[in-house]
Amino acid sequence: MKRAGRWLLALVALVAVAAPWLAPNPPDRSFSNSLYAPPTRVHVVAWKPVIYPQRLINRLERRFQEDVTRPAPLRWFTAGRLVSVPEADGGPLLLLGADAFGRDIFSRLLYGARASLALAAISTLAALLVGALVGGIAGYAGGLLDDLLSRFTEFVLVLPAIYVALALRAAMPLVLPPSTVFVLLAAIFALLGWPIVARGVRAIVASERERDYVTAGRALGATPWRVLSRHVLPAAAGYLSVQATLLLPAFILAEATLSYVGLGFPDTVPTWGTMLQDAANVSLVGEAPWMLAPAAAIFLVVLAVNLSVQGTGRAPVQLEP
Amino acid sequence: MLVRFLARRVAFALVLVLVVSSAALLLARLAPGDVTSQLGPFASAGEVAGTRARFDLDRTPSGQWLLWLGRASRFDFGDSFLYNRPVRGLVARAAANTAVLAAAALAVATALGIPLGMLSGSRRSAAAALIRGLSLVCLSLPPLLTSLVLVFIAATTRWLPAGGMTSVDALDMRWSAWLADVALHLPLPTLALALPIAATFERLQAQSIGDALQQPFVLAASARGVAPRDLIVRHAWPVSLRPICAVYGLAIGALLSGSFVVEFVTAWPGLGRLMYEALRARDIYLVAGCAAMGGLFLAVGSLIGDLLLAAADPRLRERRAG
Repeated sequence: MKRAGRWLLALVALVAVAAPWLAPNPPDRSFSNSLYAPPTRVHVVAWKPVIYPQRLINRLERRFQEDVTRPAPLRWFTAGRLVSVPEADGGPLLLLGADAFGRDIFSRLLYGARASLALAAISTLAALLVGALVGGIAGYAGGLLDDLLSRFTEFVLVLPAIYVALALRAAMPLVLPPSTVFVLLAAIFALLGWPIVARGVRAIVASERERDYVTAGRALGATPWRVLSRHVLPAAAGYLSVQATLLLPAFILAEATLSYVGLGFPDTVPTWGTMLQDAANVSLVGEAPWMLAPAAAIFLVVLAVNLSVQGTGRAPVQLEP
Repeated sequence: MLVRFLARRVAFALVLVLVVSSAALLLARLAPGDVTSQLGPFASAGEVAGTRARFDLDRTPSGQWLLWLGRASRFDFGDSFLYNRPVRGLVARAAANTAVLAAAALAVATALGIPLGMLSGSRRSAAAALIRGLSLVCLSLPPLLTSLVLVFIAATTRWLPAGGMTSVDALDMRWSAWLADVALHLPLPTLALALPIAATFERLQAQSIGDALQQPFVLAASARGVAPRDLIVRHAWPVSLRPICAVYGLAIGALLSGSFVVEFVTAWPGLGRLMYEALRARDIYLVAGCAAMGGLFLAVGSLIGDLLLAAADPRLRERRAG
């Protein structure tokens, strides 16, 4: 199970990196005759995979029918894509259907993995860095500085993260370019994630400080900074890696939540959160369940993380949100 | 000792509420744009100035904060622009709705998680493995996903209403019919909120009962001939409760955070939705009121968590007493 989780994580990372090659269609291309189109089914005719062009029967009722008279073979390794079907031949190939603008959900899902995972990974790194720094300084310095930093850490820890994220994001202008949103969200997430790291690191450093090797280092004339960064903090490496497995899913989810409520990325950027916005329409989701694909993707990643750390003694407590 | 402990917690609660609501007020005030943008592009200059004056936006931020603080100490939290009503009533109502949802979810999570955890933690069987697998799945399904999936299921099967707290015609109902209507709308958001927390409780309980069963006193009891069932329920369980109680305090925070998403997806008219609307519209006093109420929830939650912890672990009580 543990190995399955790690393989799944590696696979998701690989998919995110290779998204431009794996995606059958550009993520922002909208096919005007395919609004809410169901997933294209791949048939095997004469030992070759083919699709039938989907013809729009009724735009209002969103009914489609396969045109079985014109089978279109899948094109492998053309135009820098693994597999695709040109529109002229009877495409597009919509493996997970299309959204409200006729955009390919499968391709957007792959590109969305890039934004969502990159944001979560960078925020996690930042939170670990800040947490290790603050916790390390507090634990190593002790005294008044320790008291001040610890009180502050505990105070931030009490706040419900999603509300703080919401308030901070809402305090900024609502319309911002995607790159600014990325930096802003990463900063907000790091700001919310560091206290829990700092508290643990502080406890570890405070107990390590009393060990003989620290005294030896000091006696040899090493500066406090050198002792802390080269000798004491490595003792917290295991703790930090466990925290990373808690923060990463939490941040993926935080992005999804903020984008879902319209305070994250703009709709034009494919992320798992912006894609879920379409799923907010209850009556549509009933008819087009493939809109829930990003939810499945989030579930898979979180499950993979949870599986990969099973049995390592990690507390099963989920960090909010 | 208990009095001193309580006094400290109350002081902490007051500070928390004060800091959180003040920070929210100042954040909403200092953010670019204000509530007058809600008036639309064709509002007259007089109307804009009047609105600014009504919400004290013509004062300096610190002046406005002091004014608000003075009024808030008399339980007057100002008016809401969006609803054109005093904030106090709005927030109280939304908080009651959120509290109902959170309490129901906590009860369901406890009722599901603790017994299942005791079962899966104390024996090795196919049922235990199944419970473990299910709770791993639920742990990976945060409230955003559970609420989306449950709403989807409700919308396709029509077993339960897919959103809202009441039906459209609820205002005309007698109170008994209204109560039944709310009870029909409650299970879906409750379940969406409770499932991940129930899974957390299940895992924790399974772990801690497993640990408790390893302890020497359990071996001693079983040597005395205590029946296996009594061994688990009477002897090991009370000892295993400590980590659960410790997590109850955290669970309140998770409930509050989770309830925002659930309220948003299932259109439950609670505190989270109100706060979101207020933030979007820069409805400054409503933001501050919601934040104050959220801080109060947190403080009460952590107080309950501490009391539970003290109840479950006699060592903590003695340390406080000594």
